[in-house]
Amino acid sequence: MAKAVRSPLSDALWRRPNLLLLLLITPPLLWLGIVYIGSLFALLVQSFFSIDEFSGLINYEFTLKTYGELLRASNFDILVRTIAMASAVTIGAAIVAFPIAYYAARYARGKWKAVFYLGVMLPLWSSYLVKVYSWKLILAKEGILNWLFETLHLSWVLEAYLSIPGIGGNSLSVSWTGTFLVFLYVWLPFMILPIQASLERVPPSMLEASGDLGAKPGQTLRHVILPLALPGIIAGSIFTFSLTMGDYIIPQIVGTSARMIGQAVYQFQGTAGNIPLAAAFAVVPIVVMGIYLTLAKRAGAFDAL
Amino acid sequence: MHSKASLGLKIAAIGGLLFLHLPILLIFVYAFTTEDKSYQWPPPGLTLQWFEVTWNRPDVWQALGLSLKVASISTLIAIVLGTLCAAAVARSKFFGRETISLLVILPIALPGIITGISLRSAFNIADIPFSTWTIILGHATFCIVVVYNNAVARFRRTSSSLIEASMDLGATYWQTLRFVILPNMATAILAGGMLAFALSFDEVIVTTFTAGQQQTLPIWMLEELVRPRQRPVTNVVAMVVVLVTFLPILGAYYLTRGTETVAGQGK
Repeated sequence: MAKAVRSPLSDALWRRPNLLLLLLITPPLLWLGIVYIGSLFALLVQSFFSIDEFSGLINYEFTLKTYGELLRASNFDILVRTIAMASAVTIGAAIVAFPIAYYAARYARGKWKAVFYLGVMLPLWSSYLVKVYSWKLILAKEGILNWLFETLHLSWVLEAYLSIPGIGGNSLSVSWTGTFLVFLYVWLPFMILPIQASLERVPPSMLEASGDLGAKPGQTLRHVILPLALPGIIAGSIFTFSLTMGDYIIPQIVGTSARMIGQAVYQFQGTAGNIPLAAAFAVVPIVVMGIYLTLAKRAGAFDAL
Repeated sequence: MHSKASLGLKIAAIGGLLFLHLPILLIFVYAFTTEDKSYQWPPPGLTLQWFEVTWNRPDVWQALGLSLKVASISTLIAIVLGTLCAAAVARSKFFGRETISLLVILPIALPGIITGISLRSAFNIADIPFSTWTIILGHATFCIVVVYNNAVARFRRTSSSLIEASMDLGATYWQTLRFVILPNMATAILAGGMLAFALSFDEVIVTTFTAGQQQTLPIWMLEELVRPRQRPVTNVVAMVVVLVTFLPILGAYYLTRGTETVAGQGK
């Protein structure tokens, strides 16, 4: 009886699980393969073309000339600047994120657990542009931060800080410190969550054992907690590093006129019309992230994601 | 080891949370300010008039409409593709499984500008003109991973003996899907869909490369950020955007609360 009710298709799928698998996997694979990998490939191909300096047209012949141009001083500076900023943001985010993650994982219970959880989730998911915009408001000359320094009669501290070459500038909103602060703010939740996940897996008994064996809290932190949290920190750093490296909106809105990779890509493909150079610039983050991910995988960071 | 947190840790943790929230709250204050030429703090006065001004702006409504349309369609595509992919990866071990998980994650693991310029150059080569669909193509691609992450976690928790039992009792594949698998998966897929919607509604980096002359709400905001024309209207729109994105996030949280993986931990 049962056999009669079953459709032949159901039977076929049941007997051959591979057929079902194929049916399941084909649509998403086609989409990602054509739309995404196809596009990445299109990008890669363009980076091996070059632009004719006189006519401004793209010369469709294989050449490594465009990659050579990346090494020119002005372009190479962009690469160095971007990687330095990405590293600074990553380190800053790890330092600010750790106490939040540690408290949330170890001490927050019941209602506070939910507060910490949503307290990280809501900023993580709220609009990127709105977050950047809020910092434009904060850092503006007539904005809240300058007002705060003035009210506390501490303007001289701010001015002394802004006169430091390199990180300072005319005001916070046109300085590297300003860019750094906005990056730190926007990507911080991406660092907190993986650290918290890795800390939650540390059994409290291990910390008690460390204390019983005579370690001071500082020693326990250095020799027990930090090594166990490291995969989480590395997992978080993948996000902060990659996102900073590819961003072109934050340095455009808050910061100096010196460009980062994202801005270079955007300008070369847009106003300058030099798509091959834009493509070559875009390949750099892919290569850097490839190396970064390989190292992270070796450090076991993917288990903490 | 102390069972209570030290004062320093408490201050650092609470201070960190405040650092995350005060800037967003500041926007709420600015939406009511009477000042319209600068970002003056403290606001010289409070008013509700900018809400009315914003309400009567056709360009804001148009941008909002396009954003909602793109986010809805991208979410639907991402739900279908992400769930299918999760079903395949969670149910069976096969050659290339790891590669497929990597492939799904790649569009958000690589910087958005890479996805953006890749799509742009592909459209260029294939001679595809910009339209709403080119935006959707990009959005759906990076939304798949959000649905996938939620669905794959739930699939792993759903015991496969349930499905075998259903089939043994004579149900067809479609009946099993309809009465056993889908009810089990529904909240996870819905939560993933809500997060995908929030992600798409807010996306700007990929969109600048795939939109041409069209304006989604984030692109509208970006223009205002680079060249401020009417600051109070931007303030109001920013506040509304915050409120609108909070709803799906809270929804996703309550749908998956109490399960071992709560939605939204990865973006």
